[in-house]
Amino acid sequence: MRARAGIAAATGARHWLGGLLLAPWLACAALAGARDAPPQRVVSLNVCTDQLAMLLAAPGQLVAVSRLARDPHASAMSVEAEGYATTPGGAEDVFRLNPDLVLAGSYTTHHATAMLRRLGVPVAEFTPTRDFDGIRADILRVGALLGREDAAEAILAAFDAELAALRADAPDDPPRAVLYSANSWSSGEATLAGAILRSAGFVNAAAEAGLAYGGTLPLEQLIMLAPDAVITGTRYGGSSRAEAVLDHPALRSFTDTRALLPLSDADWVCGTPYVLRAIARLRAAREALP
Amino acid sequence: MTALRFPLLMALLGALVLVLFVLSMAFGPAGLTPGQSAAALLGGEAGAAETLVMREIRLPRASLAVLVGATLGLSGAALQGYLRNPLAEPGLIGVSGSAALGAVLALQTGLAAAFALALPLMALGGAVLAVLVLLLLAGPGGGAFTLILAGIAISALAGALVSLVLNLSPNPFAATEMVFWMMGSLADRSFLHVWLAAPFVALGGVMLLALGRGLDALTLGEDAAAALGIGLARLRLVLVLGVAAGVGAATAVAGAIGFVGLVVPHLLRPLVGAQPSRLLWASMLGGAAMVLAADIAVRLIAPERDLKLGVLTAIVGAPLFLHLIWRTRREGL
Repeated sequence: MRARAGIAAATGARHWLGGLLLAPWLACAALAGARDAPPQRVVSLNVCTDQLAMLLAAPGQLVAVSRLARDPHASAMSVEAEGYATTPGGAEDVFRLNPDLVLAGSYTTHHATAMLRRLGVPVAEFTPTRDFDGIRADILRVGALLGREDAAEAILAAFDAELAALRADAPDDPPRAVLYSANSWSSGEATLAGAILRSAGFVNAAAEAGLAYGGTLPLEQLIMLAPDAVITGTRYGGSSRAEAVLDHPALRSFTDTRALLPLSDADWVCGTPYVLRAIARLRAAREALP
Repeated sequence: MTALRFPLLMALLGALVLVLFVLSMAFGPAGLTPGQSAAALLGGEAGAAETLVMREIRLPRASLAVLVGATLGLSGAALQGYLRNPLAEPGLIGVSGSAALGAVLALQTGLAAAFALALPLMALGGAVLAVLVLLLLAGPGGGAFTLILAGIAISALAGALVSLVLNLSPNPFAATEMVFWMMGSLADRSFLHVWLAAPFVALGGVMLLALGRGLDALTLGEDAAAALGIGLARLRLVLVLGVAAGVGAATAVAGAIGFVGLVVPHLLRPLVGAQPSRLLWASMLGGAAMVLAADIAVRLIAPERDLKLGVLTAIVGAPLFLHLIWRTRREGL
């Protein structure tokens, strides 16, 4: 209730200055209060926090998710997202939903979240996950924020058990693979996609070209690296020059004798337990390699 | 004396194109030595990595640079000869932009996927429209100002419509591709694109080169040209279709690359005695050399950034364009 008072003060024209000064303090108070009384109206603005919130929230607790949550190219839970309202993510749209907790990514919705904070809405920001420890931390953090610690512990235990099973009996001589997507972008070792690749029993050959975090890998260099498999993404509709490199005849004839695996999809985008599905499919593809 | 000089000039330009072509084949991120490159290109085993790099990646790129450059240089020289105006250039007057609009429409409506020739044909259609509007507004006698103003309007409209179509595309990458269509690039093009563009570029080239005699006669004025038996209506039709075929096909595969048709004829005009028929041939080779050089430069300056070709040609071309406007104004044209 103190948060509501803060919002009223911040929006009231007569006390706007006082509201601005008070709002951050009140927001902190509201966040602290969230531990005893879980938030009842949670709004998520990022496709990755959308999925963690959908996995963890109690019925009725999650009020709205981002529009991307329904996009099957970006969201592993696009079907589940149909059951939630979506928000375009502008500060005004979100504020109208009267949320008592907003989950957001740390990059894209910066202006909207700054505005929401000024209006006294508690905002929790998440940075993109680079590895499985990050996934574990995010599951626990969302669980704590929503007051759903037990659900988070259960999901985490299942995640760890399945990950251990998938990583078991990795090959002694792992095949070399390159992750290749639009605009010749290749993800390196220190990315979530790199962690998925490693867990499925592959070596990331992009490291040999000096790409740790990912970057442009010219087609010429990809061919000279001669990896055993090239892992590409599922394609969007319409046409784009960015994706045209995936149709290049040189890549086609190169992969005539090697594996071209169009496997990376929404399961690869976010640090959620769905990365396990990505690892399982990639592992099956590895076992099918000649 | 010029009779002797012209074959020499052509031989020199031809040699320049050849040298730049070889250099273009020698540069790339694969880190091959010149010896390896040559061996892989000429006698490499099919399917080997080096052979793929040389034959499927670098050869089409260098070939496209020649095709695109030659057609842009030639089109610029032909337009300038017909309009008797040194500012006429396919990129500046909106022909390339309109061709890009046609190409983007072909790609985003799925026509190009259903029928490969739809891509160059739609680009050609866009280019024809732009040239027709320009000739209508700024034909001989229309003056430099009308030409430039009409060109600005056509370019702006075509650019806006390209942005609109790309923004509406279901593909999230498409919206980021406006720069490609406005500035042009040869990165990651393949022989598919070469074969798509080559017939139209060749057709446009033959049509424009055949205009030499007519353009020479036009330097004496329209009445004199008519008296010499030049059919002006037919000349205009061939010019429109020739420019549209060449620029349309080049833009459909490489995006709109500006200023080549401006810089090259300007540099070569004094060397051919300002004779339009010779300028056509010389500008064709000169254009090829300029685009090859620009494409080598973008790879040397920022190998991993896919720097756009049009950026370089504009850096060279825009100051020259301003200089030409200044001179045109001073001469009171």
